Amino acid sequence: MLSELGHLPMDFLLLAAAVTLASFGFIAGRLRAEQFSFSGDIHPNSRPNAHGYFVLMWSLVPVVLIGLGYVLFGEGASRAILRSELPEGFSILTPGELTTYLDTVARAARMPDFLSGERVFDTVTERYGEIRGTVNMVTLLAACALSVAGMFVARRCLSPGFRARQHVESGIEWFLFLCAAVAIATTVGIVASLVFESLRFFSEVPVWDFVLGTRWNAQTNAEFGALPLFFGTFMISFFAMMIAAPVGLYAAIYLSEYASSQVRAIIKPVLEVLAGIPTVVYGFFALLVIAPAVRSVALWINQMLIAWGLADGAVLAAQPTSALAAGIVMGIMVIPFVSSLSDDVIRAVPQSLRDGAYAMGATKSEAVRQVIVPAALPGIIAALLLAVSRAIGETMIVVMAAGQRAQISTDPTSDLTTITVQIVALLTGESEFDSPKTLSAFALGLVLFIVTLLFNLVAINVVKRFREKYE
Amino acid sequence: MDGTLGNSAAETGVLPDAPNASVRMSCRNINVFYGEKQAIFDVSLQIADRSVTALIGPSGCGKSTFLRCLNRMNDTIEGCRVEGEIMMEGKDINSPAIDPVLLRSRVGMVFQKPNPFPKSIYENIAYGPRIHGLAQGREDMDEIVEKSLRRAGLWEEVKDRLNLAGTSLSGGQQQRLCIARAIAVRPEVILMDEPCSALDPIATARIEELIDDLRKRYCIIIVTHSMQQAARVSQRTAFFHLGSLVEVGDTDQIFTSPRDRRTEDYITGRFG
Repeated sequence: MLSELGHLPMDFLLLAAAVTLASFGFIAGRLRAEQFSFSGDIHPNSRPNAHGYFVLMWSLVPVVLIGLGYVLFGEGASRAILRSELPEGFSILTPGELTTYLDTVARAARMPDFLSGERVFDTVTERYGEIRGTVNMVTLLAACALSVAGMFVARRCLSPGFRARQHVESGIEWFLFLCAAVAIATTVGIVASLVFESLRFFSEVPVWDFVLGTRWNAQTNAEFGALPLFFGTFMISFFAMMIAAPVGLYAAIYLSEYASSQVRAIIKPVLEVLAGIPTVVYGFFALLVIAPAVRSVALWINQMLIAWGLADGAVLAAQPTSALAAGIVMGIMVIPFVSSLSDDVIRAVPQSLRDGAYAMGATKSEAVRQVIVPAALPGIIAALLLAVSRAIGETMIVVMAAGQRAQISTDPTSDLTTITVQIVALLTGESEFDSPKTLSAFALGLVLFIVTLLFNLVAINVVKRFREKYE
Repeated sequence: MDGTLGNSAAETGVLPDAPNASVRMSCRNINVFYGEKQAIFDVSLQIADRSVTALIGPSGCGKSTFLRCLNRMNDTIEGCRVEGEIMMEGKDINSPAIDPVLLRSRVGMVFQKPNPFPKSIYENIAYGPRIHGLAQGREDMDEIVEKSLRRAGLWEEVKDRLNLAGTSLSGGQQQRLCIARAIAVRPEVILMDEPCSALDPIATARIEELIDDLRKRYCIIIVTHSMQQAARVSQRTAFFHLGSLVEVGDTDQIFTSPRDRRTEDYITGRFG
């Protein structure tokens, strides 16, 4: 009977309890409040609805808290109880094996098809079902009881002079604060995991060997010199910005200063479609179109140099995948970031400045070059920095178009690899996170995080200074 | 509408109330449209040289729009269309043969809100002479900058900090900087679109003194909301209402014995 309760759809039941009890709470509070708004000569502090919401809050909070506790600890608690009851024989299992065993038990308890027919396993599974059932039962009862208790306590607080409105307002403020806190807590969690795992890595590999080493071969030789990866990331981002900065900026100037509103209405959405294309698609565009083109141009240059007697052998590597190909396509990918953000800041330049320039007899290009773009420059720089951090974090294009070889080469037609690509390569197909090989991915991630964070911080600061100027 | 005054003046080519003054600009039958909406209706107006002409009228009466016709600033507004003839030295400034860029170097403009460029004080003044090639070398430019700032009455206040940002000045100083900037390209006409509306009374008084000083050299047309200001600084006043020119004449005459009922109502504060 108890093990049947183990199958209860707890999330649904808790939700239903929360909704029902909260509604009851609201009605109870409101009805109580209506009594004193019509009786008595004291003018009540708050409207009946505020009283209703006050009681609602008090009946809702216990259910939410218990539900949260159940989601976080329900399974763990059940397993802890089960483990304490396991027969002696299980002590020979390692913690890892025990976890796997309990996973199987939990699955079998949910779906009886998994029962093996083996006596010990089935007994354990049944016992686990009973424990789950008990936990579920206790949770539900506790939630309802506490909710009802909260409702009563809250209802007793109500009086004509009770400041229900203020309590509800601060309740809302707390709720909103918690939502904001979730985002912050997640960020802190991610950073903490990066830092701790990196520290584990650096306890095995010295920091300077990692940062300044020039040989990267994590897969087979445990060589962790990440400099080639930093270099590759820098090279490809550099090529990308060489494309994206001028094209994006000029597109933004055209859009904001020259294009009529009809033309703008067409071009701007089309440019923004570029931002919506999945990076994998850019990746195979790079692989199938740009990389072969780069290669054939490189081969042609090699031939010409040899034909003119300027070189004895091939000068350019002319690899089938190349840094230049990846950089070009990545540049195309970040054009919409640059153009869209720059367009916004250029349009935010006050009309009065444009009028001033034109009234001095400036031509359109003079006004743009000497007044409008300088006024928008901080915003444009911020747009470029955001685009850079986007380019640094990009993975897919590089995987497909730049190759996987970790090397430091200034030849743009040779293949190289970046931080993000190596993180993917290190972590795919791995399940254990305790060898230096997998831990090095966290160290790389930390470096990436720090670099993009710096770029974003600078960008935000620049934008802030820009805002102060015109408001 | 009592448009006959303006029209007859345009036909004869002299100012009826000031026959000795020479005419700097002469507008005939100006109509302005924003898309389908007409903002100015058949305005004809003569503008005298070396004097201040004030354009007054209630908000939205078209006086700023009319002002912006005179240096073709309306070209920069999408969907704006100007009809009619604006003669300056025998040429219609709206004709395709006239380059608006050159026109604007001869007809300068000062705006409602001070709008110094985000550059140094020196560069703000030097901007115009530089794009029009008016200065030969650094010393020449220094001279232009000093002369323009002196004429705008700002030199004494800023001569030690010419490299500071133009935006670091106070509102009134910024507006005088903008006037100096306009003077620096040696215009013949200066248009002022409510130049004091963003300034405090003391700064306003300084600008008004400056305008009175400048009229010895330039033809000045000023749009203003303040009738006292119009009475103080201008020699001629034009009253606009609902996009039409109601009455134009000697400032004293407009303020003491207006011919049109609407002018009288406006200057006595009955509407607007």
